[in-house]
Amino acid sequence: MKLNNFGYLLKQGFRGIFRRGFMSFAAICVTVACLLIVGTFSAVMYNLNIIVSDLNKNTELLVFVDETLTDAEARSVGSDINLVENVANSIPITREEAMQNFAADYDYDVDAGLDPTIFRHRFRVSLVDNRLLHETMEKLYQVPGVANISAPEAIMENFTLMQDILLMVSLVIIGILLVVSLLIISNTVKLAMYDRRDEIAIMRMVGATNGFIRFPFMIQGFVLGMVGAGLAFGLEWLMYDNLLASIGQTLKWLNFVPFSELLMPMLLVFGGAGLFVGVVGSWTSIRKFMNV
Amino acid sequence: MIEFNNVVKSYSEGNQALRGVSMQIEDGEFAYLVGPSGSGKSTIIRLITGELRPTSGTVHVNGYSLERIRKKELPFMRRTVGVVFQDFRLIQDMTVYDNVAFAMRVVGAREKDIKERIPYVLELVGLENKSSRYPNTLSGGEQQRLAIARALVNNPSTIIADEPTGNLDPARSVEIMSLLQEINALGTTMLVVTHEQDLVERFQKRVIVINDGLIASDRMGGYQL
Repeated sequence: MKLNNFGYLLKQGFRGIFRRGFMSFAAICVTVACLLIVGTFSAVMYNLNIIVSDLNKNTELLVFVDETLTDAEARSVGSDINLVENVANSIPITREEAMQNFAADYDYDVDAGLDPTIFRHRFRVSLVDNRLLHETMEKLYQVPGVANISAPEAIMENFTLMQDILLMVSLVIIGILLVVSLLIISNTVKLAMYDRRDEIAIMRMVGATNGFIRFPFMIQGFVLGMVGAGLAFGLEWLMYDNLLASIGQTLKWLNFVPFSELLMPMLLVFGGAGLFVGVVGSWTSIRKFMNV
Repeated sequence: MIEFNNVVKSYSEGNQALRGVSMQIEDGEFAYLVGPSGSGKSTIIRLITGELRPTSGTVHVNGYSLERIRKKELPFMRRTVGVVFQDFRLIQDMTVYDNVAFAMRVVGAREKDIKERIPYVLELVGLENKSSRYPNTLSGGEQQRLAIARALVNNPSTIIADEPTGNLDPARSVEIMSLLQEINALGTTMLVVTHEQDLVERFQKRVIVINDGLIASDRMGGYQL
């Protein structure tokens, strides 16, 4: 393909879109619908993931210190805990503070003879990665002075499981929808090629290279994919903002991400998906057609 | 130049379309290829245009060895061969001008060259006043002239005409044959496949007769099966 053909081929690509106007329209609509669902799903998953991560981050372990240690010895255990791999930080809680917390939690009168020495010194420990809970607990047990550890294992494991399920479900749905879009674009381009089969035969006969024959169809697929992606992106933005404005008031306690924060990743997802669906969709149909 | 050396072509169904064809058509020559239906004429054309490869033997067309030509080279070989069909194979939604320009654009010609070349070619085939017409508004003879213009426009060294007068009345057939002769006189090698005995007799050129996949005769002058 020579450079001086570029304008001509570009024109042919656009001509192909309007020649089968209804099919092109249908292809764009299906791409918009699929990408809209993909985008909405991704946005929901992203928000859920952040919410789950936040909840997970707030989940901490309580590391109890051996009660036979003195106050000074108990405090020094904290620096050893901080050295354990996967420990993000540790906050010391003295016996007195533990007693105050207990009294507050259970509505107990401290002046009614509660003795702080029955409480252990302890540390509130948060982890870098909650998935490594068991390994980290094993290491914490090896720290001299650590007597016991209380961890909301079930909660942490459920959060992790939920994140994994969300990720897997979103990947499967995104994959299925991308394949659907791909097939529709591929079919549109195949119809366009069938429509122009005589022209293609003449092209081959007079010495057109495969690249020359392919190029307009690639342009067609690219334009259909990108127009679909552009429309889906705009609609997604509009829907997201409106949805956030209405449910944001009701669910104030949940920290939803504004669309401006999702702009770049969404742009990349939609652009990439449009490009992929358009170019790969037309490439596969052309390849099949060329093999005939 | 077109050269066949002991070419055999078998199809997958097992039938042999060509059973050892050898022939040579020199540059600038005019030859008729005649023979009954199913004799192997179409197979010869398809071998020359690179649509088929020989089962054995060698086929040389304008410097290309078609029995071992690479896929990437085929378009460039085809640019040296113009093909005219019985059913014209024109693009109906393109004007006369665009049908011819299309063949030039396909090979990457510049617009400037296209604008210079097309009026000359349309004049050569007598369609200079019909450049903005669409094929379906032309007569059969004019459509075939347009197909010839398209085959000619990239200045191929060889033109293969497959039953070019099959859809035309006798008067238009003579016109088309005369036009092909004029083009041949300008130096283009011409291989015309035809059934029409009268035309072959009239123009007294080299006649290659093929029958049952073999060359039955190859001589100057009339049509004798």
